[in-house]
Amino acid sequence: MTTRTTTPEVLERIGRERLLDFLYQMVFLRRFEERAGELYTKGKIRGFLHLYTGQEACAVGSISVLRPEDRVVSHYRDHGHAIVKGVDPKTVMAELFGKATGCAGGRGGSMHLFDVQKNFLGGYAIVAGHMPIAVGLALAAKMSGEDWIAMCIFGDGSIAEGEFHESLNLAALWKVPVLWFCENNLYGMGVHLKESLVTDITKLAAAYEIPAVKVDGMDVVAVHEATREAVEYVRREKRPYFIEAETYRYRGHSMADPELYRVKEEVEQARKRDCIERLRRQLEEVGWLDEAGFHAINERAEAEVEACVQFAEESPEPGIETLYDHVLKGDPHGRPTNA
Amino acid sequence: MAVLRMRDALREALREEMRRNPKIFLMGEDIGKYGGSYAVTAGLLEEFGEERVRDTPIAESVIVGAGIGAAMAGYHPMVELMTINFSFLALDQIVNNAAKLLYMSNGQINVPLVIRMASGGGSQLGATHSHSLEGLYAHFPGLKVVCPAFPADAKGLLKRAFRDQNTVIFIEHTANYGLRGEVPDDPDFLIEFGQANIVREGRDVTIVGYSGSVHQALRAAEILAEQEEVEAEVIDLRTLRPLDIATVVESVKKTNRCVVVEDDWKFGGFAGEIAALVMEHAFDWLDAPVARVCSKDVPMPYNRTLEYAALPSEEDVVDAVLAMF
Repeated sequence: MTTRTTTPEVLERIGRERLLDFLYQMVFLRRFEERAGELYTKGKIRGFLHLYTGQEACAVGSISVLRPEDRVVSHYRDHGHAIVKGVDPKTVMAELFGKATGCAGGRGGSMHLFDVQKNFLGGYAIVAGHMPIAVGLALAAKMSGEDWIAMCIFGDGSIAEGEFHESLNLAALWKVPVLWFCENNLYGMGVHLKESLVTDITKLAAAYEIPAVKVDGMDVVAVHEATREAVEYVRREKRPYFIEAETYRYRGHSMADPELYRVKEEVEQARKRDCIERLRRQLEEVGWLDEAGFHAINERAEAEVEACVQFAEESPEPGIETLYDHVLKGDPHGRPTNA
Repeated sequence: MAVLRMRDALREALREEMRRNPKIFLMGEDIGKYGGSYAVTAGLLEEFGEERVRDTPIAESVIVGAGIGAAMAGYHPMVELMTINFSFLALDQIVNNAAKLLYMSNGQINVPLVIRMASGGGSQLGATHSHSLEGLYAHFPGLKVVCPAFPADAKGLLKRAFRDQNTVIFIEHTANYGLRGEVPDDPDFLIEFGQANIVREGRDVTIVGYSGSVHQALRAAEILAEQEEVEAEVIDLRTLRPLDIATVVESVKKTNRCVVVEDDWKFGGFAGEIAALVMEHAFDWLDAPVARVCSKDVPMPYNRTLEYAALPSEEDVVDAVLAMF
């Protein structure tokens, strides 16, 4: 791993206001996911629900580097990525509720969030299935001569999929501006990375001649600094770059996971590296935050999350009459025959 | 009008559409320097350059996925997968992404993409290289499935595919590539999807086919007329999704008999869908159960005699028709 010491100079460069915003975003995502977990147990949210708690520094540190016109595609643990990319969290919560006001109109659910206005082009629930799409987006950016880039977020579970290799190869071969961002939380569902991959993740990127770095994914400042350098490279060189962020998810793979594959002590150890506590400490050390300040951030986040829940609760269900909408573009009904 | 082979008609469609719309580009295995496995894209690299005619690695999934991604960002790509047999390697991209993104995103993302592939047996290529699975793709809401039988249709339908805002699966029978026919040279010549074509009029029986099987149906119709005094009406579906079942139903109401001819297997195939639709909409007009003439229920054998026995033939169609009287 590239060791990054968070010096006061680094904090100074990013700036107090921005770092406090990072802290707020991470706390917000933590509260949002905890609340979603509760609402799942109450039956307000159904289907599969994959919580992001523990991994917040990855989304906040990386996506905060992007411009609005940069495109992001993500995996099924996607709430954090959507929200940091600018998708209104009210519409994310409403989507989890399956409501008409959801960012996918209640048609997608937790694993399939979309907001084209924010260039969040989807959560994809087939492992590695969005990696080829990222190549195509980046190809379009390059062919059009526009200055935006594509960012593709995927987990360590994607690495053994064929599409990972097809996509890294083609992106490097055609020299397209895509940032590969691997959230390595050590587990593909319940299988440890050691049991599914024979080599090191960044070595695979290097084999495709893509510059690759490992970064501490529990340190938002480190993720931000690594991503800033990566994005500068991708935008300037119009070539792919690869970041592996070493992170950890506190909750099970989904709400249905009894977590038989790991011991509680392992989770406790990871919590000692918690991204929120870490940034809080760093900010306290330089005198930019005190206990009252953190308390205020947490209260604001909780109130915002409650506003999201209220919005979702009060929103209407999609009408039955809309069932056939959007099967085909330009065809209001999309029926297969003229019978 | 010019007389063109089907592969040349397809190339004309690509050329005209690429000239018309700079957002169209082509990707696929050996479509550039090699000119395409079935020579459909021959010469296009020279005219449009490497940026718009892209040779790819043999990696079907990323080719289709990259096509989807570029389509999401304002392009109208065409991906050539060489044959339908190789499309299985890209099935997740086609089924889970191309077909569903519009619906899952609540109408925010459409995927204007043309995916071309060759299909069909009869060339002694064995079980892995002889599939006719047009009906498989027709199964999925969110896709359009086109399978022309004649050069003019091939051109008009392929040009129409590039005017669509959705993903179009465009399937060409290998036996048809060399087929000649008159093809309009009007650059605005388009054939609308969901319009079957009555390619031979008749009063006694309706024979329905598409792609390769239209030609078996036509040969069978000639035999029936010459030897049995049976006048068959032959319908070329041209597109499976959307499907013009109304034309079939109208014909069956006139002829009271229906045979569906398909290169795919009978069990679970598209011919069964046609039969069910005819039953639903013309039950009272039928004088006999709808018959299906399809491939035998075996993986395609290599041996020539065995392969001929496995595929539907015009004799099989004639027998199926005569069994109804």
